[in-house]
Amino acid sequence: MSAEHLPIDQAPATPTGAMIRTLGLVSAICGLIIVGAYQGTYDAVAANKRIAMERAVFKVVPAAKSIEEYLAKADGGIAKAGAETPAGAIRFFAGYDEAGKLVGVAAEGSARGYADIVRVMFGYDPACQCVRNIGVVSMRETPGIGDKILVDRAFLENFKELDARLTADMKALANEIKTVKHGSKTGAWQIDAIAGATITSRAVGRAINDTAQALLPRLAPNLDKIGSKS
Amino acid sequence: MSDVSTTGHWDQFMEGIWRQNPVFVMVLGMCPTLAVTVSAVNAISMGVATTFVLACSCLLVSMMRNVVPKEVRIATYIVIIATFVTAVDYIIQAISLALYDALGAFIQLIVVNCIILGRAEAHASKNRPAVATYNALGMGVGFTIGLLALGSVREVLGAGTLFGVSLFGANFQPWVIMVLPPGGFFVLGAWLLFFAWHARRKERQLREAGQHA
Repeated sequence: MSAEHLPIDQAPATPTGAMIRTLGLVSAICGLIIVGAYQGTYDAVAANKRIAMERAVFKVVPAAKSIEEYLAKADGGIAKAGAETPAGAIRFFAGYDEAGKLVGVAAEGSARGYADIVRVMFGYDPACQCVRNIGVVSMRETPGIGDKILVDRAFLENFKELDARLTADMKALANEIKTVKHGSKTGAWQIDAIAGATITSRAVGRAINDTAQALLPRLAPNLDKIGSKS
Repeated sequence: MSDVSTTGHWDQFMEGIWRQNPVFVMVLGMCPTLAVTVSAVNAISMGVATTFVLACSCLLVSMMRNVVPKEVRIATYIVIIATFVTAVDYIIQAISLALYDALGAFIQLIVVNCIILGRAEAHASKNRPAVATYNALGMGVGFTIGLLALGSVREVLGAGTLFGVSLFGANFQPWVIMVLPPGGFFVLGAWLLFFAWHARRKERQLREAGQHA
C-alpha cells in the first residue's frame, strides 16, 4: 500500500516546503487560467457592453441613425466623453439622423425602487423640450408587479411627450417631473403611476427628474455645439 | 462506492443523474436551486455553468491528487474552484449580458456550492481523472436536470411561457407567486414529494414481488 492510499490520519507528516510549493504551483496554474479567461473574453465583453448601451440609446431615440457620447461638465461646458467620467460630470448620448442633424438626447438616471436601484435610460427631444420614451438599463423589481414599467401601455403613454421645459433663466425645470398616484395626473410633467406598483413608478419619476434637473440646464445653452454631428 | 475505479464510466455518469441526484436525492446546492430557477433559460444556464466548474475542477483536483498534501487540500480545492468560477463569470459576460444580469450574484456563489467542494473532496481526490470527470459531469447534468425541473414548472405557472415562448396567449393571468421566492419552495416541495412517493411505490412493488416469489 503506497503512502497516497493510507487513511488521512495515518499518512506521514508533510514538510512545510512541500506545502508551500504545492500551494505556489496551484496558484500559478490558477493564475494563468484566470488571466487567460480574462484576456480571451475581454473584447467580447467590451463589445457586449457597448451593444447593450447603444441598444438602450436607440430605443429611446428611435429616429437616431448614429450616436455620439458626450459629457456635460460641472462648469457648464460640453465635451466628448472619454473612458472616464470626471466628478460632477453627466454622461449623455446625442442621437443624429442620416443627415447628421441632432434628433434627440439620451441620458441615464437612477433611483431606489422597491427591491434595488432602478436605472432608466430616457430620451429627451430638444425640439419639444420633452422626454420621449424610456428604457430600463437594470432593475430587480418584483416580477409581475414592478417590472410592469417596461410593458404597461398606460404607463408608457406618460412618456409620449413628458413636459421637461426649463424656467426662463434656464437654471432648472419649469415643473418638477413627478410621479403621481394612479389616476390623478393633471399636468403634462406628471407621470401617472401604475396601480399596485407605485414605488417602482415613483423611482422612474425620481430617476428622470434628478438627471433632467442636472443635465438639461447645462445642455440648453450648448445645444448648438452638439446640433450636428462632428 | 468501495471500488469506484472499476465501475464503468457510464455508471459513474449516471450516478449523479438518478441515484445520487444532487437536487432531489442529496438536496445539495439549494441556494442557486431556489434563487435562479424563475425561468427555464436561467435554470439551464446556471446548470451548464455549474457543470463546467464541476467538471474542470474535479479533473484538475484528480490530476493533482498525488501532489497535494492533505494539510492544504481544502485551500487548494477552493483556489481551483474559484479559478473556474472566475473563468465562467467572464465567459457568461462574453456570451450575454442579459443572462449575466439575470443570474446575478449566483454565478460568483458557485464557488461555495457544496456540490462542487463535496465532489472534489469525496470523489475527485480519490479517483483517476477520467473517472472523476465522468462522475462530475453526471453530477452536473443531474443538477441541471433538477434546476430545469424547477425552472420550467415555475416559468409555465408564473409567467405562462416556456423558454420565453408564450403558451397560453394574451389572456393568461400569470400565477405570479411561482416566480417569487415562495414559489421556489412550493415547486421544490412538490418535486420532492413526487420523488418520495415514487421511491416508496417502487419499494412496495419490490416487497410484493418478493412475497409472491
